Amino acid sequence: MPSFAHTLGRQVWRFDDLAQLMAKASPERSGDHLAGIAALDEEERAAAQMALADLPLTTFLHDHLIPYEADEVTRLIVDSHDARAFQPVAALTVGGFRDWLLSDQADAAALTALAPGLTPEMVAAVSKICRNQDLILIARKVRVETRFRNTIGLPGRLSTRLQPNHPTDDPAGIAASILDGLMYGNGDAVIGINPASDSLPAVDTLLRMLDEVIRRYEIPTQSCVLTHVTSAIELIRRGAPVDLVFQSVAGTEAANRSFGIDLALLREGREAALSLQRGTVGENVMYLETGQGSALSANAHHGIDQQTLEARAYAVARMVKPLLVNTVVGFIGPEYLYDGKQIIRAGLEDHFCGKLLGLPMGCDICYTNHAEADQNDMDNLLTLLGVAGITFIMGIPGSDDVMLNYQTTSFHDALYLRQVLGLRPAPEFEDWLLRQDITRPGGGLSETLPPAFRRAIEGVA
Amino acid sequence: MTRDPVTANPWGALRALTPARIALGRAGVSQPTVPHLEFQMAHARARKAVGLALDTGALQQGLADLGQRAMVLQSAAESRAAYLQRPDLGRQLGHASREALAGAPKGHDLAIVIADGLSATAIAQNALPFLQVLLPALEGWKLAPLTIVTQGRVAIGDEIGAMLSAQIVAVLIGERPGLSSPDSLGLYLTHGPRPGLTDEARNCISNVRPAGLGYPEAAHKLVFLMTEARRRGLSGVDLKDEAEALAGPAIRPNFLLGG
Repeated sequence: MPSFAHTLGRQVWRFDDLAQLMAKASPERSGDHLAGIAALDEEERAAAQMALADLPLTTFLHDHLIPYEADEVTRLIVDSHDARAFQPVAALTVGGFRDWLLSDQADAAALTALAPGLTPEMVAAVSKICRNQDLILIARKVRVETRFRNTIGLPGRLSTRLQPNHPTDDPAGIAASILDGLMYGNGDAVIGINPASDSLPAVDTLLRMLDEVIRRYEIPTQSCVLTHVTSAIELIRRGAPVDLVFQSVAGTEAANRSFGIDLALLREGREAALSLQRGTVGENVMYLETGQGSALSANAHHGIDQQTLEARAYAVARMVKPLLVNTVVGFIGPEYLYDGKQIIRAGLEDHFCGKLLGLPMGCDICYTNHAEADQNDMDNLLTLLGVAGITFIMGIPGSDDVMLNYQTTSFHDALYLRQVLGLRPAPEFEDWLLRQDITRPGGGLSETLPPAFRRAIEGVA
Repeated sequence: MTRDPVTANPWGALRALTPARIALGRAGVSQPTVPHLEFQMAHARARKAVGLALDTGALQQGLADLGQRAMVLQSAAESRAAYLQRPDLGRQLGHASREALAGAPKGHDLAIVIADGLSATAIAQNALPFLQVLLPALEGWKLAPLTIVTQGRVAIGDEIGAMLSAQIVAVLIGERPGLSSPDSLGLYLTHGPRPGLTDEARNCISNVRPAGLGYPEAAHKLVFLMTEARRRGLSGVDLKDEAEALAGPAIRPNFLLGG
């Protein structure tokens, strides 16, 4: 077993293996303490970061953290690695890679070309020695565009998932939140419902309703009902109008098994969605969610730190060319990310790692009521991710998800970010908002309800 | 006289259709002062709810009134702080509880476990009225003694179900309190419970409470899933909820699709 060490003066720090080095180099978070793999103190953490910085990037091509034979995610990472794309940085150490990423050599074109040559472990490693501002500056340079019925990820744009959840999936209640979100200019990434009931008839009903709303009002966006990939495949077989197939994914084979999936099943889900040919401007048909701590939560972490495992989930994600990838950063709870500081750091890391690996990264900037976090922490992360060029965020009424019982960003929050940073929605959706008279030429919301929607609510309640 | 800086939304009538915080209006693009401060108050109250302890004596008495004997058990997490930071402890029984349970009779069709989870309020308000609806629907099921668990997580049902040699375990647990729903009850069903199972082995029915999924609807779904689980010998992702909805209150149609 190889060992790693760092010497400063007379003091020597030793690390048993690459997994331990990566874990101890990670900025502090409760999940790594829970797993018993965190650095003992800041000094050991700094030493681990120094040792990690000296490591050649090529180390990760032969030291796989989780053995090739034991895990299909490792096999995916190794077998899909593009050695030619890797060439520009092949001679660098992790520390040298950080410097390169910060330099002018690493422009949008160079980073796009490099993505297939990077493994999740490489980007996880470099993220561990980055400060928050590095994570922001580097991620901001990356361009990732995806398409289904509109174009997501263009420079200067910020999209939102309109999340109209309702505690009982009541159609009228869901419609009320959809209208609220649309009138606040939200919903260009997807209109995506977390169903209260996973039953196939209930999901089918919601899919047909969203499909009809999108068609009737000619909204250039896509729908998703977040149900298990096997349910989506079955519903497609029965003729349901599925735009995007959803699935939660994780960074180890065992964690994915705890979600009831494997790589073959994800590919099958993608093929099923593609077979419907419902996209009008592109074929990115998957909506995936991830989040640090999911592997540990399923007792499937192999002694690897949660941030590295999260980056490995992005290898799973990029296999199926998703329209959207959403790291649901504060949802899992304080045993994995204890407070606002840890949630903010994790959100920036996830966005950075996903973007470097070529993914359309969004973030569910969120917290639960048992975490040490509040609205101010979310404002901070929202603003930082906006500067970092995040692809999309959630939008819900008043930050309060009345079905999932947590707090995420509101419709208003998206408008705040667009205003302070001069960002706009996806172009097709922006045109629709203007045509509907929801927004006014030159920006700003209209003060009256557009005619089509005024007619719809006549006589309600 | 300046113009009112708050722009109201002309769709306020839709608030009757959902508990969601819609039609808040805006000051510039931001939330006006009133809804902003209402949110802060709701968050403060939800934080308080997380810390509340379950009154196990009252629950035991209530169950006795339903003709059910219940044992009170504790997880290996001895405090709320330990519970929040050590999910592994909340999934196992404490030593004394394990010994107490070892003496219980074994071999049952179904074990019902009532755990506080993240909301004792959810259990205090919903467990008894839900069981009042569920228990009469369980004719023909051989029921294990009920258990009440404090500082418990969902997976503790696996250990309890295994120790009772129950074919199926159903866990009633307090879900994480939301701003508008501090009282949400979750139902988790596992066939062949044993320690070490993960989420794919379970089926979940969420948001059981008067303002969410009603008791008859939730009991109907649970009995459907348990019956199917017993018939097919499995639970989890391979067991789809195909239960037809009960004829409940009239479904309000989506007004966006009217006319």
